[in-house]
Amino acid sequence: MRNIWNICRKELKSYFASPIAYLLMAMYAIIFGFFFWNVIAYFVSASLQAQAMGRPMPMDLNEMIVRPMLMNFSVVGLFLIPMISMRLFAEEKRSGTIELLMTSPVRDWEIVLGKWLAAVLLYALTLGLCSLNFLFLFAHGNPDGLPLLVGLLGLILQAAALLALGTFVSTTTRNQIIAGGVTFAVCLLLWVFEWVGGYETAAWAQVMAYMSVIAHFEPFSKGVIDTKDVVYFVTLTYFGLFLSARSLESLRWRS
Amino acid sequence: MLTFRSTSPSSIEEPHPAPVRLGIRDATMIKVEGLTKRYNRFTAVQGINFEVPKGRIVGFLGPNGAGKTTTMRILTCFLPPTSGTASVAGFDVLKQPMEVKKRIGYLPESPPVYPEMEVHEYLSFVGRLKGIPAAELPKRVEEVSERCNVADVRTKLIAKLSKGYRQRVGLAQAIIHNPDVLILDEPTAGLDPKQIHETRDLIRSLAGAHTIILSTHILPEVEQTCDEVVIISKGQVVARDSVRNLTSRLRGQEAVAIEVRAAEGTDAGAVEQALRAVAGVSRVERRQARSGLLHFEIESEPGQHVRAELARAVVGGGWDLEELRPVAVSLEEIFLELTAADAAAGEARP
Repeated sequence: MRNIWNICRKELKSYFASPIAYLLMAMYAIIFGFFFWNVIAYFVSASLQAQAMGRPMPMDLNEMIVRPMLMNFSVVGLFLIPMISMRLFAEEKRSGTIELLMTSPVRDWEIVLGKWLAAVLLYALTLGLCSLNFLFLFAHGNPDGLPLLVGLLGLILQAAALLALGTFVSTTTRNQIIAGGVTFAVCLLLWVFEWVGGYETAAWAQVMAYMSVIAHFEPFSKGVIDTKDVVYFVTLTYFGLFLSARSLESLRWRS
Repeated sequence: MLTFRSTSPSSIEEPHPAPVRLGIRDATMIKVEGLTKRYNRFTAVQGINFEVPKGRIVGFLGPNGAGKTTTMRILTCFLPPTSGTASVAGFDVLKQPMEVKKRIGYLPESPPVYPEMEVHEYLSFVGRLKGIPAAELPKRVEEVSERCNVADVRTKLIAKLSKGYRQRVGLAQAIIHNPDVLILDEPTAGLDPKQIHETRDLIRSLAGAHTIILSTHILPEVEQTCDEVVIISKGQVVARDSVRNLTSRLRGQEAVAIEVRAAEGTDAGAVEQALRAVAGVSRVERRQARSGLLHFEIESEPGQHVRAELARAVVGGGWDLEELRPVAVSLEEIFLELTAADAAAGEARP
């Protein structure tokens, strides 16, 4: 446990010692701020329209604002994840510092867990910063807080799973660009697999659709925690971390 | 939530539990038997054997690509051997890697430093990584910073340090947990002469408490720092001995250079004949010399002192003896001779 925390702390320090963390957080704060403004503007115009036509105003803040925002972050997060995870191992392999880690009395999975945890924490921090926007809703309206928390939990679970895959990709190369590119492709595929379910009902299509990250996140955005979604994310996380540890171990045998 | 426990509680408090060792001072610290490492078709190391007693400094000497780094990486558990065994302090690198890793400090060819960290931050990180208890950590960081002369840059970013400082930070990192065995891959590469001198002194001062293996292709380094030399060429140990023995074993006991004034009518062949005739001389070789001088290099058989006889032979022949001096055979020559002989033997094979 001490080793994991030591490595995690070092990774977080590295993120914040370079511009990476600040850049990501600033970029996402701006993008998410734009989304928020956009969604609010749409909400306002929709309510004015409804008022003019004499219909009841759509006042469900959770349905109209929180949910689209969470869905947006889920998709936009796909771009954030490769940028966070690509350097984890690729950089150490390129600079040779991997030799220090692997000749220290630390287990491979401790290294993997420490690095992955740091990546998840950075994602959570970025998410936390972007979520400050929601405070406006609580200040000027009364949205339901619990579904929002469930949604945020879903986002963290989704990121944990994808970051685990990203960690694995990063162990396979010494080139950060390749690590980032491949991770992005994986994230994107895991998103668009959902489309297959729209026109095809064969077994393979169902499997593909099941593999989609977004499909499993959607219930969270509605404030619903479904065991099958949690199991999906936890399994994917475990799978990614397991592959990372094996890949790290195999470095010794292949190199 | 799963609980992750890296080591048993007792070993967290005490990072270096005394290994079960025989109470002999000259205990073997590193033992390598029939070590072979193959990468696909390329054999980097083939059937290497050697032992290092506790407290010695052993130099790995060999041309680039001879297998020095590979051997070191196997000893540090970074790479597994293809066959053969290697053990450190009695622990096998394959079966008990964690125990081995606790007892080694390793400085790879390029120091494994993180440019975005400050020196003290980095050393603390490595200290924790090596299992130093939190209470002792600041003291240890302080100690190794002083020892490796990096105390004056402790709050500097490693990215801003010169190559020499980085190398010393790398060395500080290797000794921070006071390991039994130090493995240094070309510790003086890229340093200026003053830094090289300081680093060698530092390494020498570490001997005794630590068993050290260092690799180099700089020969004077081995002559100055090491007790023993292991010469590796093409993945095989071609010689293994103390520095002094190796020097005298490969050449005769003594090598002498003689210069004779070449007056008119001096027959170089006759001089050579006369020198050859001296009892105990094993080899006479004529070398290029300044005009008006004849230059010979003479080697004698071990245990024979031929200098006086050589002088008498020259003077007795009526020639003028200009100079007579003993020649120290450098490791460089031995090295070239051994690796060349090895190459020739390799070519001779069908």
